[in-house]
Amino acid sequence: MELVAQLLGSEGARMVVGLIAVIALVSVNALFLIWMERKVAAHMQLRPGPMEVGPHGAFQTVADAIKLMGKELITPAEVDKPIFWLAPIVIFLPVLLSFLVIPFSSTWIIRDMDVGILLILAFSTLSVLSILMAGWSSNNKYAVFGAIRSVAQNIAYEIPLLVTVMSIILMVGSFKLTDIVAAQSGLWFVVVQPLAFILFIICATAETNRAPFDIPEAESELVAGFHTEYTGMRFALFFLAEYTNMFIAAAVATLLFLGGWHGPFLPGVVWFLIKVYAVIFLLMWFRWTFPRTRFDQLITFAWKILIPLAFVNLLITALVLKLR
Amino acid sequence: MTELLGIEEKTYTLNLGPQHPSTHGVLRVILEMDGEFIIKAEPVIGYGHRGHEHMAENRNYTQFLPNLARVDYLHALAYNQCYCMAVEKFLDLKVPERAEYIRVITCELNRITSHLLWFGAYLMDLGAFTPFLYCFDDREHLLDLLDGLTGSRLTYCFFRFGGVPIDIDDDFVAGCRAFVSRLRSRWDDYNNLVTKNVIFINRTRDVGIITRDQCIKYGITGPILRGSGIPYDIRKSEAYSAYPEFDFEIPIGSKGDIYDRYIVRLAEMEQSCRIIEQACNQLPDGPIMAEKVPKRIKPPVGEVYQAVETARGSFGMYIVSQGDVKPYRIKLRTPSFANMSFFPEMAVDNLVADLVANLGSIDVVIPEIDR
Repeated sequence: MELVAQLLGSEGARMVVGLIAVIALVSVNALFLIWMERKVAAHMQLRPGPMEVGPHGAFQTVADAIKLMGKELITPAEVDKPIFWLAPIVIFLPVLLSFLVIPFSSTWIIRDMDVGILLILAFSTLSVLSILMAGWSSNNKYAVFGAIRSVAQNIAYEIPLLVTVMSIILMVGSFKLTDIVAAQSGLWFVVVQPLAFILFIICATAETNRAPFDIPEAESELVAGFHTEYTGMRFALFFLAEYTNMFIAAAVATLLFLGGWHGPFLPGVVWFLIKVYAVIFLLMWFRWTFPRTRFDQLITFAWKILIPLAFVNLLITALVLKLR
Repeated sequence: MTELLGIEEKTYTLNLGPQHPSTHGVLRVILEMDGEFIIKAEPVIGYGHRGHEHMAENRNYTQFLPNLARVDYLHALAYNQCYCMAVEKFLDLKVPERAEYIRVITCELNRITSHLLWFGAYLMDLGAFTPFLYCFDDREHLLDLLDGLTGSRLTYCFFRFGGVPIDIDDDFVAGCRAFVSRLRSRWDDYNNLVTKNVIFINRTRDVGIITRDQCIKYGITGPILRGSGIPYDIRKSEAYSAYPEFDFEIPIGSKGDIYDRYIVRLAEMEQSCRIIEQACNQLPDGPIMAEKVPKRIKPPVGEVYQAVETARGSFGMYIVSQGDVKPYRIKLRTPSFANMSFFPEMAVDNLVADLVANLGSIDVVIPEIDR
């Protein structure tokens, strides 16, 4: 332990270890989440799900990943090639960077920045750019549809998301994620700010393009939305980014509302992961229960209901803090 | 803004299908779009054309029987029944009562399978995947039941001219009863998870409205017509087979929107359950085939029309005979074809998402349109 601490003390070693850890975590997490999604979906749908590869199909996603690596990378003739190639990479980078500032426990953090939460929110916005790039460069009407919808949706849902986060920041007085978690050592913010938590979960679902807000890839309307033309590992990267985004959204929800690594008996990391996967399970539960909303209803919902509610919540928070 | 920049606003064409997840087969819709709004929708049909009507002219009456299950593969037994009744009219055959009861029971079971499949597939169109598997779980029990009796699970060819070939036993009747109680126990789940779901209501209420007048103008029948508030059902209005002996209602809607059609279809399943229950209770004994069914079907010169109520609406068969072993001409009046004719008008000024919702709510079976 001391050796690790010593190593982590030096800046260079910290970076290398952090990078390796993040890449390992992202890939293992995506493999696990895809398997989990399939199992959760299956059990909600009266079926067992993957059962053949490994115990209870645990290695099914590994097999799928190997299959995807062997697939041909089809580049349709009419696409805008540089952007088409770049989009899967661009979607993946900000996702990786967000892990820099996520504290898995009081010590397990690559870099405890003062603007941690802002950094995550800023990077998560970048994924819209790559969706737009993918949709536009594909030169496919369905893909463009998906991209346009995605941009409109993300802009609409970013605002209530940020305003909701703001009310938490007001309470803590810091953008630092470790400070936010430390402030919840007694009482989790979900108890103090239940409305904010609900708003945040709704917005996070929309931000990660998950059902019932999976408009950008609405299968029954847009075939596969913005990634219609992508095959093989390029498609896999979009997939990977989607699931990693889910992890980040759940991690932020855990840090802001569920007390981060706080919990009795078990080590902090375990508590953190338990909470994150519980939130992810909630998101999966949504997906396999609800029908999809219509695009205009989705936007109306954001502008007319979520944003006013988020502002009301912020005002109340500010008032209470002032009066106290 | 567009004027300032000197940009000309243009519409564009979107080709939906023939391979698209929500066209339920091989339907193609050419859409003229302005942004996400549809200006014009033009369905292109015929990708699944197999020439059933022409096939009928080249084979004898018995040989054409299996074809009908392929026209509407979801409610095949109603098509069986229609054809058998038409030929029986020609030959003046009296079908024994027990056979009529068996026909009604199997036909209603088949109607439930069709509506269950619609329920699941339609919610999948709306983006909810889970109800699909619940419906298929229910449907599976029915298919097993029908499989045990008829030997097939989808394209039934069970009825014969003059009756049915195989009698039902106590196991089958018990299976029917078990299924009816099973389905009834599921209504709560379906209502709580789907019917009362806010997202579902928002997507279906006041969308795809078809007025009564439009229904009549376009010859729309079936649950769509009843959803618009016209209680027209061939099982009542031109009662055939053993239907007059059963007590059942025709569920109707009020507004004629998608939600009403949904409610009507769900209520129809319940009514079918009632019919099955009554038929099981009153099942008479006796023969299952008419006496003196000729080996060689050779109807006299003339013409005959017979209509039945299928899961999608009124299906009619018009047969012209010139006294030959082959029919001179068979015309199939299929409900989906008429119902689909309203679709272009219905789709205009809607979003693409509504187009999918509208198309699904018609409950089209493409081979039935294309024939």
